[in-house]
Amino acid sequence: MTKVFKRIYTYKFLLPAAIVYIVIFIVPTVMSFFFSLTRWTLQDWDFIGLQNFRTFFEEPSLTIGFKNTLIYAAVTSSMKVVFGLLLGVFLTGKIRTKSYLRSVVFFPTLVSTIAVGIAFSMMMHPTMGLLNQALAQLGIEGPDWLGDTRIALLSVAFVDIWKGVGLATVIFIAGIMAIPEEYHEALQIDGGNAWNKFWNIIVPLSRPATNAVIILSFIGGLRSFDLIWSMTKGGPGFATDVIASIIYKQYQGGFYGLATAGNVILFLFVTAIVYPLSRYLTRTEVDL
Amino acid sequence: MSRRLRKVGIEAAAVLASAVLFWVPLYFVLVTAMKSAKEASDMSLKWPAKIQLWQNIKDVVAFRDHMLLRAFWNSSALTVLSLAAMVVVCSMAAFVMQRRKDKATPWISFFVLAGLIIPPAIVPTIWVLDEIHLFKTMTGLVLVEVALGFPFCVMLYRGFMAAIPRDIDEAAVVDGYGGYRLFFTIIFPLLKPVTATIIVTQAVAIFNDFTNPLYFFPGSKNVTVQLTLYNFTSQFISQWNLLFTDILLITIPPLVLFIFFNKKIVAGMTTGSVKG
Repeated sequence: MTKVFKRIYTYKFLLPAAIVYIVIFIVPTVMSFFFSLTRWTLQDWDFIGLQNFRTFFEEPSLTIGFKNTLIYAAVTSSMKVVFGLLLGVFLTGKIRTKSYLRSVVFFPTLVSTIAVGIAFSMMMHPTMGLLNQALAQLGIEGPDWLGDTRIALLSVAFVDIWKGVGLATVIFIAGIMAIPEEYHEALQIDGGNAWNKFWNIIVPLSRPATNAVIILSFIGGLRSFDLIWSMTKGGPGFATDVIASIIYKQYQGGFYGLATAGNVILFLFVTAIVYPLSRYLTRTEVDL
Repeated sequence: MSRRLRKVGIEAAAVLASAVLFWVPLYFVLVTAMKSAKEASDMSLKWPAKIQLWQNIKDVVAFRDHMLLRAFWNSSALTVLSLAAMVVVCSMAAFVMQRRKDKATPWISFFVLAGLIIPPAIVPTIWVLDEIHLFKTMTGLVLVEVALGFPFCVMLYRGFMAAIPRDIDEAAVVDGYGGYRLFFTIIFPLLKPVTATIIVTQAVAIFNDFTNPLYFFPGSKNVTVQLTLYNFTSQFISQWNLLFTDILLITIPPLVLFIFFNKKIVAGMTTGSVKG
C-alpha cells in the first residue's frame, strides 16, 4: 500500500470505536479472569485462588446451571433449525399467502422478550391459562407447565423457539433463494420428486444458512437470560436456572467474585463449544 | 386437480395454524389490556363486558408518579443516542478495517469478531463504569450499547463497503481529497442503505434491551420501558389488565417500525448472519 493511502486510511478513524470497545468490552473481559479469583466488593478484593470455581462445581444449586444451559441451548437451536428449515421451504414455494405468513412468523422476533415472557407465563397458568383450558376442552388435563420441575425448562424453551423461529426462517429463506436455478432444472431432467428436491438439493445446499442458524441460536441459547428470568426466575427451585441467571443471582447477592467466576465459566463454555462447532460446520460445507 | 386441492388444503392449514399460534397470543394481550382488573384475573379470551382501554392507559401512565413516561423518555433517548454514536463510530472503523491492509488488520478483525461470541463480563463492566464515574448514567449505558453493538455493525458495514470500488477513493485522492473529506462527503453517503438497515435493526434491539439496563442503569429514576414491565409484574399482581396495557404500549414502537421497514429489518438480520 502506498504512503498516500496509509495516510488516507488512517487509524484515527478507528480510534473512537476502539476506545469504547476496549474500555467497555475488552478490559472487563480480561479483568474478569483476575476478579474471578477473588472475593470482591468492587472497592476491595481478596485473592482466594480457585475457591469461586470450586464453589461453582460443588454447590448443587450452581452445577445444575451447566446442565440446564446445555439442554436449553441444544433444544432451542435444534428446534429452530428443524422448524426454520421446514417453514423456509414452505415459504419459498408457490403459495398465495406467502408474504402474510412470512410477516406473521417473523413478528415475534421484534417483540420485547419480557413482554413475551409475561404473556406466555399467564397462558401457561396451570388451571386458568389458555393452554390448559384448551386442553381441557379436548378432555386432556394439562400439566403445570412452569411449576413442574421436570418440564419447566422445556416450557421456557418452547417459548424461546416460538419467538426465535422467525429469524431462523428468514435466514433459511435467504439461503434457499440463493440456490442456483440449475440444480432445480437438473432435478427436473432427472425426474426427481418433491422429496428429492428437499433432501438432495435444499438440505445440502442451504448448509451455510443451516450453519448460521445453528451457531447464532446456540450462542443465543447459551447466553439466554431475559426470557428465563421473566418467566420463572430460575425456579421452581433451581429447575430452570442457567449460568446467566446464576450470574445475576450472585450479583444481586453481592457475591461479585462468584458472579464473575460464573462469567468466566460462561465465556469458556461458549468458546469451547462454539469455536469447534463452527470450524466443523464450515469444513463440511459444500460449495455452490 | 387433486394435487392442487391438496396444496390449497396445506396452505389453508398453515394459515389456520398461524392464527392459533401467533394471533391468539396477540389477541390475548389486547383483550386483557381492555378489561377491568376483575375480568382480567380470569385470564380468558372473553371479550370484555365494558372496554376500558383508555382508562387502563391513563392508570398505567399515572402509576408511581408517571414512571412510564420517564421510562419512555429514557428508552427513546437511549435508542437515539446509541444509534447516532454507533452509526458514526462503526462506519468510520469499518472504513479503515475494510480498506487498509497491513500486519495489524487481521488482529483487529479477530478482536472485533470475537465480540460476537463472547458474553460480556457483567460485574467487571460495572467496575470499569464505576471507575470512570459512568455507572448508573445514561452516558454509561449508551457506551455499553455502542460497545456491544460494534462487532455486528462493523460486520455489516464492512460487507457493504467491499462492494464500493476503490477507484472512487483513488479518484478522490487525485482530486486532492484527504481521508476525512473522502469518507464524510463520498463514502458515508454511499453507505446509506446499510446505515438504514443498521438503524432499524439496532433500534428494535436497543429499545427492547432488558439485560443491559437491568445491570448498568439501576436506580428508581433510571428506568427504561422494559424495566417498567419487569417492575410492574411484582406490583400488578392482581391487576393484569394494567400490566398488559403496559405490554401493549411498549410493543407499539417496534410494531410501527415493523410495518414500515419489514423488508429492511429482514435484510439486515439475514445478511448479517449468513455472511458472518
